[in-house]
Amino acid sequence: MRPAPSAAAPDRPRVALFVTCLVDLFRPSIGFAAIRLLEATGCTVEVPKAQTCCGQPAFNSGDRASAEAIARQVIDAFEPYDYVVAPSGSCAGMLRRHLPELFDTDPVAKERATVLAERCHELISFLVDIRGLDQVASDFAGTVTYHDSCSGLRELGVKAQPRQLLLGVPGVDLVEMREPEVCCGFGGTFCVKYPEISTRMVSDKTADIAATGADTLAAGDLGCLMNMAGRLQREGRAVRAYHVAEILAGPGADTLPGIGERRR
Amino acid sequence: MQPTSLAFADKAHAALDNPALQSALGSIKTGWQAGRGRAAEALPEFEALRDRGRDIKNHTLQHLDLYLEMFEANLTAAGGQLHFARDAAEARATVLDLCRTAEARAVTKSKSMVAEEIGINEHLEANGIERIETDLGEYIIQLRKEPPSHLVGPAVHLTKDQVSDLFAAHHGGPRIEDPAALVAEARRVLREKYFQADIGITGANFLVAETGTIVTVTNEGNAELTQGLPRTHIVITSLEKLVPTMDDAFTLLRLLARSATGQEFSAYTTLVTGPRRPADLDGPDRLHVVLVDNGRTKMLGTALQEMLRCIRCGACMNHCPVYLAAGGHAYGWVYVGPMGSVLTPQFAGIEATHTLPNASTFCGRCEAVCPVRIPLPKLMRHWREVQFEKHLTPPTTRFGLQAWAFLAQRPALYRALTRTAATVLGLLGRGTGRFHRLPLAGGWTASRDLPAPAGTTFMAAYAKQGGRPR
Repeated sequence: MRPAPSAAAPDRPRVALFVTCLVDLFRPSIGFAAIRLLEATGCTVEVPKAQTCCGQPAFNSGDRASAEAIARQVIDAFEPYDYVVAPSGSCAGMLRRHLPELFDTDPVAKERATVLAERCHELISFLVDIRGLDQVASDFAGTVTYHDSCSGLRELGVKAQPRQLLLGVPGVDLVEMREPEVCCGFGGTFCVKYPEISTRMVSDKTADIAATGADTLAAGDLGCLMNMAGRLQREGRAVRAYHVAEILAGPGADTLPGIGERRR
Repeated sequence: MQPTSLAFADKAHAALDNPALQSALGSIKTGWQAGRGRAAEALPEFEALRDRGRDIKNHTLQHLDLYLEMFEANLTAAGGQLHFARDAAEARATVLDLCRTAEARAVTKSKSMVAEEIGINEHLEANGIERIETDLGEYIIQLRKEPPSHLVGPAVHLTKDQVSDLFAAHHGGPRIEDPAALVAEARRVLREKYFQADIGITGANFLVAETGTIVTVTNEGNAELTQGLPRTHIVITSLEKLVPTMDDAFTLLRLLARSATGQEFSAYTTLVTGPRRPADLDGPDRLHVVLVDNGRTKMLGTALQEMLRCIRCGACMNHCPVYLAAGGHAYGWVYVGPMGSVLTPQFAGIEATHTLPNASTFCGRCEAVCPVRIPLPKLMRHWREVQFEKHLTPPTTRFGLQAWAFLAQRPALYRALTRTAATVLGLLGRGTGRFHRLPLAGGWTASRDLPAPAGTTFMAAYAKQGGRPR
């Protein structure tokens, strides 16, 4: 066994940020927003260097051996921390719900995976449910509609927490779209395996978003956001898209370009 | 029925371009989907009932041999006869034998998905036996020579206008538009057929072990006329319909109607225990139950055992955004939607059907509404693993996955490459912040812009600041 994390939840827990591969490659500002929010609730945040990806693409593509190898690396890198937090319901769902499933024939690894899985959280639900955050200081201003990404919603119960924090931002007016819980059509590799069905799904979603009159789309997963933002922009709709952490982690939030917008 | 599932993408393409089909599929959302939501909301114990339904089915599957013997003993005691069929061919042969013994020229049939599964329709017709479907939806698709596109509503892919055209062409007479008049016309045509039939074939929703009872539900009453009027009643059904007790059947019935259509109970629930008894006024003289295995016992003790809990309500497809876009026929075999994506590879082989378990974003809505809590995404993932093991995954996908997995296990190399990619793509995309087109990303950029990376990876930016947030 690796060194155990500090006993019980301390006042200043050591939190490992699981950056996620999409945030790392496409939008570092989400990672920095996550760090600011975590620190605001008294966490000591570290970014383990040995991280790459949670292994979900392999897991969901049936490549069990690769998923298992990556999972072992995740366990080694993240085991020493009190908590592991990811700004993504999808990656956090992989860690929290599926990591132990990969080790049905290896009881030792399964035990380690189970212990780690229980300490893994999606960012916003961690802030609200574990750290008791109920108000953030953000200067973001806009009419925001929030899309519930599937894994966060159905695997982790992320639903009320982001709305609660968004409602507490003075400049934010929150409006609900028609079916916020319906998939946007991203689905990881699904969007390129079945691009036409994916396009239909995301077009239904962007129509629902536009119908709210909101100027801003928020969600908790960059994959879904890139899909929706990409479609909104292709359709010429003037809706900015942000990860909910970026909106909540102000000051400075209001000057950040939206996803797929030109850097200022 | 030979599966045509490998053409899923092409059929989905055609479906998306078919306004009548899209309009018909749209009505599932406002109808059954919304109905299920209201019904679940209105019943405080609905979630507990789902647990109970799951547990009943799990218990039965764990003791399937016991309940099978009990059902056979009680069915036999009531005067019925059980015929076990190992596969579809054996089931077809058994049914045809029963038809020949009864010297049948015409059979009426009420809806049975297992009958579709074993391909009995074509088999009867090929052997000179006239078949009349009595479920309105099945009757419609029989006229159109189509397979069902939904478990509960086999003709759900059609609009009322299409049915008006169809009836005018087949029944003669003027084109009718009023739905009630269309139903009345079908009823008039079907009434005569009921009296001409030598055999009535039905399916079963539940087989009650403690009494030997066959339970069917319909909203049209057609199963009653199908099984009650001819001299012989044949039930074509499958092993996993067994439940231990009548109470169990009624617990599951409460879940079934709510999950399927949002009704508290289906309009007709019929219990059949044996053929006509001496004092009965009507009913068939003979009752045969053809119990089909067709690969189901092979699922026991495997990851797929959980699929045998399925009660065929259709909630998974009613809530599946992929099904609602592509329609049932795209799935290319008898069972469609998420449940079909799990069952079809089992019945028709993964080689001919591996497109199906991939036709899901794993959004999880199917599992969230399943009345017996079948983990459908997990079972679809199981088939993706089998596909990968059998090297049925397209070579480029397989190569890409393994190259990526190789990198993901080498963090330093991974960081160097992602840093380069972020820099290059960031520079290329800095003008607009996104790509309208990008080589190798056509699947994405055909319909969406691709946001450009910010120009540096998070890991590089974080390291540059000495591990401090900016």
